[in-house]
Amino acid sequence: MNMLKGDYMGNKNKMETRNLNLYYKGFQALINVSLPIKENTVTALIGPSGCGKSTFLRTLNRMNDVIDGTRIEGEVLLDEGSIYDAGVDPVVLRKKVGMVFQRPNPFPMSIYDNIAYGPRIHGRKKKDDLNEIVENSLRAAALWDEVKDRLHKSALGLSGGQQQRLVIARVLAVDPQVILMDEPASALDPISTAKLEDLIHQLKSNYTIVIVTHNMQQAARVSDFTGFFLNGEMIEYDVTNIIFTAPRIKRTEDYITGRFG
Amino acid sequence: MVRESFQEQLSKLRNDILQMGNLVENAIDMAAVALVNQDLELAKKVLMDDDKIDQLQLTIESACLSLLALQQPMARDLRFIGTALKINSDLERMGDYARNICKVVLQIGSEPFIKPLVDLPRMAELAQQMVRENLTAFIKQDRDTAFEAALHDRDINKLYNDTFIELVGLMTGDARTIKQSMYLLFIARYLERIGDHATNLSEWIIYMITGERLELGDMSTVNKTNPQE
Repeated sequence: MNMLKGDYMGNKNKMETRNLNLYYKGFQALINVSLPIKENTVTALIGPSGCGKSTFLRTLNRMNDVIDGTRIEGEVLLDEGSIYDAGVDPVVLRKKVGMVFQRPNPFPMSIYDNIAYGPRIHGRKKKDDLNEIVENSLRAAALWDEVKDRLHKSALGLSGGQQQRLVIARVLAVDPQVILMDEPASALDPISTAKLEDLIHQLKSNYTIVIVTHNMQQAARVSDFTGFFLNGEMIEYDVTNIIFTAPRIKRTEDYITGRFG
Repeated sequence: MVRESFQEQLSKLRNDILQMGNLVENAIDMAAVALVNQDLELAKKVLMDDDKIDQLQLTIESACLSLLALQQPMARDLRFIGTALKINSDLERMGDYARNICKVVLQIGSEPFIKPLVDLPRMAELAQQMVRENLTAFIKQDRDTAFEAALHDRDINKLYNDTFIELVGLMTGDARTIKQSMYLLFIARYLERIGDHATNLSEWIIYMITGERLELGDMSTVNKTNPQE
């Protein structure tokens, strides 16, 4: 299986950052980060708290734009086009590059309306269309069988693991190309985590996934490529198998073997 | 330093592997002395001592599996534990071959040798050297020493071939030498196998140090003349 992981090396770059610097007021949070994100693969970003991995993730769909005092240098490309160009509408961008957060955040409405919310905003009003989108999204998020009989009940009644898959279904409903996940399993129990990881494996054939995780075993299990961040820099990027068995850089080795600090 | 108890367990595992290596090196040494001096008491001691090696093998195996399950080691720790698990088996097999040699020594008993023993003690010496150098490489994390240790296997294989040809010659010339020739040939074969396992030690220790997977076995010289292969 690990050998197969190397086979994604030839995939095209769905996204890419080049010499990306990010300043937050006086503080430089990202330093010259150049990272490819291969299409139809899972890229894991690891590193200690405050290393910049979540900040980096948020630059990929311009979520940092909403934070005052943030300034960016360098390039972030989606299908070779810069996502920070003047002509790019962040709302359209975030439809293409969806995001899942640490805590599941279902809207306080029915399961159905949670999924239909995005498509409705983007102009899909027909009942049949929406029914289809809701079912397909829930199926793709491996949640359909568990909720098909209570679609019109509140989403807040779902378990944490189900809520997180609902949030993923909600992202899928607007037909994204890239899915960003910021510690999506950190609030889930082991069984929900296993389901989520299985889901990530399935989604990879249709989407490109970037996941930030503190759990290195999880990064090792789900990802094809791994980038190690430290103090705002990307220290090492390689095929996941190499990062976790024989990393080339000592700081990576020290971090993943727990010899830090 | 974080994860202190993990580091302590790794350090204990390292010591156990070293002890295993020392026991095996001694077993090969004693087997060679028992053979040359026809010291049957020493041969029996090697047979008895093999239990210690087997016990230690189980201890090391359990420790490795526990560490894998409980600590989920990564990178150099993973390579170290993987290497420990692999060379543990190689060392145990080498101990078995030392025991097998002693069983043959007991079979030969005090019967006079049909030829002066030169190559067999030399093979045993080289095998011990391979173990010793690999243990040094293991402690010092020294790739070059591990690599050089593996080179002695060529000499062992050459001596094995020489011995094979010489003993076949003796058997062809005088049927009365067949029985002891066969015994000596078994011993030569066991020593040759010890050399192969010692080569595995080099391969795994190099992997532990650098992450490279090398194939150091040089069986070509053996394959040419050995009908068993």
